[in-house]
This record gives sequence, C-alpha cells and structure tokens, in this order.
Amino acid sequence: MKLVSKSAIFTLAVSLTLTSAAGTHKPASTGDPAPYVVDIKDFAFSPRTLVISVGSRVTWKNEDEEPHKLAETNHVFTSPPLDTGEGFVYEFRRAGRYEYFCTIHPHMTGEVIVESK
Amino acid sequence: MPRRIVYDHNHDGIDRRGFLECMAWAGTGALCTLSGGVLKSYALGDVGRVARDLATADFSFVQLSDSHIGFSKPANPDVSATLQAAIDKVNALPTPPSFALHTGDITQLSKPEEFDTAAQLLKGLKTHPIFFVPGEHDVLDGTGKAYRERHAMNPTGDDWYSFNFKGVHFVGLVNVLNLTPGGLGNLGPQQLQWLERDLSNVSSSTPIVVFAHIPLWSVYPAWGWGTDDGAQALSYMKRFGSVSVLNGHIHQTMLKVEGHITFHTAASTAFPQPPPATPGASPGPMTVAADQLRGLLGLTQVNFVRGKHALAVTDSTLAENGSKESRL
Repeated sequence: MKLVSKSAIFTLAVSLTLTSAAGTHKPASTGDPAPYVVDIKDFAFSPRTLVISVGSRVTWKNEDEEPHKLAETNHVFTSPPLDTGEGFVYEFRRAGRYEYFCTIHPHMTGEVIVESK
Repeated sequence: MPRRIVYDHNHDGIDRRGFLECMAWAGTGALCTLSGGVLKSYALGDVGRVARDLATADFSFVQLSDSHIGFSKPANPDVSATLQAAIDKVNALPTPPSFALHTGDITQLSKPEEFDTAAQLLKGLKTHPIFFVPGEHDVLDGTGKAYRERHAMNPTGDDWYSFNFKGVHFVGLVNVLNLTPGGLGNLGPQQLQWLERDLSNVSSSTPIVVFAHIPLWSVYPAWGWGTDDGAQALSYMKRFGSVSVLNGHIHQTMLKVEGHITFHTAASTAFPQPPPATPGASPGPMTVAADQLRGLLGLTQVNFVRGKHALAVTDSTLAENGSKESRL
C-alpha cells in the first residue's frame, strides 16, 4: 500500500443538496467537479470499494437520518460531521489505497483505490 | 404469567424466547424478574406497585438517555417536547429520586446551542444532581471539548469518574472517543487502568453500578452495539456480589444477566431504533406512527432495597401509564 502525504492533497468540504438516491461510482453530470459519488446510506458506504484514477474527486453524500463523519485511517483526510443531506468532496492526487471509516460509527468502513493514469 | 427459562444456550440466565419477550415488551408494559439467574416474566400495567417499591426503597435514581437535542427528522420532529415529557414524569414521582444519570447523546450534533437547549430543559428537572457520560453525538469534534466544558464531572480532566452513594459505588465510563476502524465502543488502556485501580479500593460486598453510553456487552456488533474492551472492564468486577451495568445508545430497553452482572439499556427520550437484526433495518432512527412514538420512548428508574439484595429497574414509557419492571 502506498501512503500519501497530507500536503499533496486538496480537500474541500461542501454542503450539497441531494438529488439522487441511486448514485454509485459512476460519473455524475458532465462538468461536475466531483464525478465519483459514494452514498452513505443505511450505515454503509456504497460502493464500499471505489476504484478511480489519480486526480479524480470523490463526493460522499449522507442520505441517512444520522450524522456521519469520515476519517482516512492514516489521517490523510477527515470530514466535518455530515448531517442528513450534507456532503464531503475530496480530490485524490496520489495513487494508493485509502481506507476510511466513520468516526461516529466505526463499524462503517470503506476504501478508495487510486490508480495511476 | 410466570415462565422459567427453557433454553439457556449461553449459560447466562436468559434464553432467546425470554429475551425476545422482553424486547417485544419495550414500551408496552411488562414485568421481568430475575432471581438466581432465572428470568420470569409477567404482564404488567401495575404502576401502583412501582409507587410502593419507591416508598420502601433505600433510595432510587433515574436514568435518562439519548435525548438528541437538535434532531428534527420525521422520527421525532420535537425532541425537546419528549425530553420535557420525561422530565415531567420524573418530577411527578411520589418519592423524589436521589439523583439522575444521563447516559449520553444529550445532543444530536454537539452544537453549543444544542447543549444549551438541553441544559435549559434539564434545569426543570427537580432531581439533582445529574451525572453525565457522553455519547458519540456529544463528541463529534473528536475531542469532546464542547461536552467537557459543560458536563465535566472529574476535576482531574478525565471524563470518567466514580462516586459513592449510600454504600453503593457508581462508576461513569466513556466509550465513545478514540474509536478505531471496524471497531465498536472503546474505553482505552488509560481508562481501564483507572477503573481497575478505582475498584481495587472497593469491598466485594459493595454493590457496583457502572454506566456508559454504548453497551459494555455485545448486543449486536454488526450494528456497532458493543464495546471492544468492555469484557476487560467487566473482568475487574467479577469479585463483586452485585454489579449493574446501565447503558443507552440503542434506543430500546434490553436486559441480560451474566452471573452477578446484570446489564440494562434504557430507552431514548427522542426516537426509537429497530430491534437488532431486524431484516432490512439499520441502527438509525425508526419512524413510527405519531400516536405510537411516546410508547417507545422513556426513562428508567432504579430502586435499591438494602438487605434484600434487590435492585429493581423500572422502565417507564412516555405514554400514559406505560411501565416495565425488572427485579434483579
């Protein structure tokens, strides 16, 4: 597993209005700055494993009535608490395998595999 | 109708059927008794008996839990009103409890205004003091600073603490910080060390009451309902004749006995959650019909009667005349 330095990463937390409950790891609309979407629903990340290429942005959207808070296991990224309808965007600028979990409900785990172009 | 255990698979004094009966009765009015590890169950509705027990108890206290001030979703758009209903219920008890416990998730998102609203409502509770432990919703900043500023119980700066009341040793534990990926609730080595030392000064005949937010026993790990190092903490309590563990977090009443240790979880004052392993469900808010909500919310009263080695736990719902009693 290749680790990445925190300084190499650009993070952005935004509030989103959720428009789709069916998002998976397929690109959203053209021009969307965060074309990959991970749904947080029923206390699980969907997809649990997301494979993307370097430079991609991923958006997590909380569709639960519970808040969730993301943290990468090696502290590469951490989200603020995400209430219902809120989202978190992260841009992966280095290849590697990023494991993350919900710090409020730590049985919720997921991973993003970032492949070199 | 009294009933004895049929299958005691785990040798823990409770069988699946009895367990499920207790579960099914949450909020509907039932009586569960435990004597010598044997569960008996009765239909209830006998509020008068609760009042009589209160009058003869050495002392009593109440447990409030999971108030989630700030929550406003369909499962309960007005959590302040239901916390107020719980407060009113305590204030109306014929014999005032000696003190109260709040076993965490005071707030929904750890926001200062949520803590303030909760504090304002709890000012109306005639029973004081209130001993708090945090839930994971109270420490969303990852440090617990907002919680600690308002509810720190221990001048040493640690969040855990103990106190004695009329010969009973109470221990408040924190298992919602420093959680690890894939894990459950967590006490941590520092707290465990403190706990072992704290209990080493207590005689084995002293009744012990331990309270923490997440259940210290494995209720349903797939939903995070347990504490990774809970068994380690409980191992320090084996020599005591009477240990009661009171938790919240799962928003429903549940009872389990293992040897001299009894486990009990309290209902929420805010919203119900589904029973563990409910097909298709997740451990989040459960929306029920508005007229059923208060029957699934509640509070817990605990009565001590010295000499009888008895500890009576009464779960009252916020519905009219709803109660469930467990005599341990």
